[in-house]
Amino acid sequence: MSAAARVIRPFASRALFQKLPMSSVRRVSPAAGFPRGSIRSFSQSPFWQVKKYTESHEWIELADDGKTAKIGITEYAAKSLGDVVYVELPAADLEVSAGEPVGAVESVKSASDVLSPVSGTVLQGNAALEDKAKFINESPEGDAWIVEISVSDPAELDGLLDATAYKETIDEE
Amino acid sequence: MSAVRPLRRGLYLLGSRSIARTAPVGANGALTSVPHRLASPQGWRPLRSPVVGSSIATTLAANNGIRYASSATPSGSLRKTQLYDLHIAKGAKMVPFAGFSMPLQYSDLSHVESHKWTREKASLFDVSHMVQHRLSGPGALDLLMKVTPSSLDKLKDNTSTLSCLLEPGTGGIVDDTVITRLSGDTFYFVTNAGRRDEDLAFLQSEIDAFKLAHGPEKNITWEILEDRALVALQGPQAAAALQPLIAEKDASSDLSTLYFGNCRSLHLTLPGATTTAEPLLISRTGYTGEDGFEISIPASVSPATITDLLLQNPAVRLAGLAARDSLRLEAGMCLYGHDISTAQTPPSAALGWVVGKDRRDPSSPQSNFNGSETILPQLASPAKTLSQRRVGFTIEKGSPAREGAIIVDVNDESRPQIGVVTSGLPSPSLDGQNIAMGYIKQGLHKKGSEVGVLVRNKLRKATVVGMPWVESKFHRPPKA
Repeated sequence: MSAAARVIRPFASRALFQKLPMSSVRRVSPAAGFPRGSIRSFSQSPFWQVKKYTESHEWIELADDGKTAKIGITEYAAKSLGDVVYVELPAADLEVSAGEPVGAVESVKSASDVLSPVSGTVLQGNAALEDKAKFINESPEGDAWIVEISVSDPAELDGLLDATAYKETIDEE
Repeated sequence: MSAVRPLRRGLYLLGSRSIARTAPVGANGALTSVPHRLASPQGWRPLRSPVVGSSIATTLAANNGIRYASSATPSGSLRKTQLYDLHIAKGAKMVPFAGFSMPLQYSDLSHVESHKWTREKASLFDVSHMVQHRLSGPGALDLLMKVTPSSLDKLKDNTSTLSCLLEPGTGGIVDDTVITRLSGDTFYFVTNAGRRDEDLAFLQSEIDAFKLAHGPEKNITWEILEDRALVALQGPQAAAALQPLIAEKDASSDLSTLYFGNCRSLHLTLPGATTTAEPLLISRTGYTGEDGFEISIPASVSPATITDLLLQNPAVRLAGLAARDSLRLEAGMCLYGHDISTAQTPPSAALGWVVGKDRRDPSSPQSNFNGSETILPQLASPAKTLSQRRVGFTIEKGSPAREGAIIVDVNDESRPQIGVVTSGLPSPSLDGQNIAMGYIKQGLHKKGSEVGVLVRNKLRKATVVGMPWVESKFHRPPKA
């Protein structure tokens, strides 16, 4: 990742999320992002970089409480894996470190762990996926989130990729 | 990012190691203590192993989970088949496969859709990466009767049989192959691309030894048909799609009399009412369990012209490796390097039927073939000589059991390992039911046996079942 991508923190601030319904924000392609410069960043706090990505194609979005977060797989991952037939959800209270599995996504041809982007404790898996795994293909970065966790240290999100940096990693592939 | 990458990988590897279980099952059905013997018969291991956790990134990097028979590490540039440009034009997702860049699936259909399309209509597969051989001359039959256990001397002209190339002594399966007798002493056979180096070395050494032993009277000419393309047209609509293209005007043009396991050399009609300069070798066979054909296209005929003609039929769509793997598993067919390897003989791999009926009597000179000293006792008394069998499993709803998943005894508190899964996935034709093929201890291999499978360290219930899961629909002659 380029140093520039880390320094520039262009995207959604908490202020923006409060103005827009979450759903409409989510529909904005993370790759397209927001027009740079039209949103003023009021703080450098990592709390405000609410949606982050990993190189292993997970996303994590911190809730307004700054403590809980939802984790899912990216649009790119869902499209690349193809027809998802089963999602393994973690048990509540499972403690995970960053990079450890918090679930698994199974397509016909492959099984992939979903790695927690940060450390935390599982609050719940998304029960909607128990009966309808292919929901993942329909709304991977929206309602088909996989797990909700209580984040141990929200500052950990700061080390993750923002939308632009994530898109760069995909473009390399 | 470069600093994060190794860290993440490192964490992942540490994490996976704790749940990784080796699969100590091996030679000729013996449960052994040699790790990875069966799960990785050639010492090759896919980047992602299904029992060992794999991140999405590693799944995608590892051909999206597609496995192949190869002992060779991918090196340098990938080879392209003659249909490469077609794949690209049709939006194929290309993956490295046995040294070739091959289509995984195409943009018009998902994996599951393409799988179902094949079962309901017809799919066209490029299988030109496979190795086509022609073996002829006075010694051809004798050589093939030495390296395989098949009764090739009883094989009629223009008929084929599934067979195995066997190692001397051990009877280990060097490769599986379909052998066609074109005429008395001329044979055509197709071997796996992933076994190319091993097969060629094996055949060369067998032919050299044969020539040394038999002299010029039993001469053999061996050609590798590098410039021929090979496509498979599979599915219930395959015959209807191919029939209108046949150029012959006599009875040989009628595909309804070309039965499973038979082949014909036929010309096709090209656009502009011309016909192909040479005939194509059309074999009624396949790797999906459906009716269909494999079509070997000579160098004088453009394979893209043939595929374009077939694809003009709206019932025919291109299909890739993803569908090919799920279709063949439902049909109970083996994938070399996964379900079979040199660690198995035909009887231990439940392929004893490839051994000719008249080649099983140890006192008969007919019964001399590579490994017959090992294989014939296994056929005569399997319970005494084999310690494991290849069987099918169905697994309870939930995570599919895939290659490498450990089969355990649920009747024993200590959950000892009794087998291993060699292929497994949620069956697209059976509404996602988890199916798997694998090896299990002799005695526990009976249909209906209840066993356990460890999937990501969780015990799942499984049952030993017969194969195939989807009944084969080969075009066979009407019963008299």
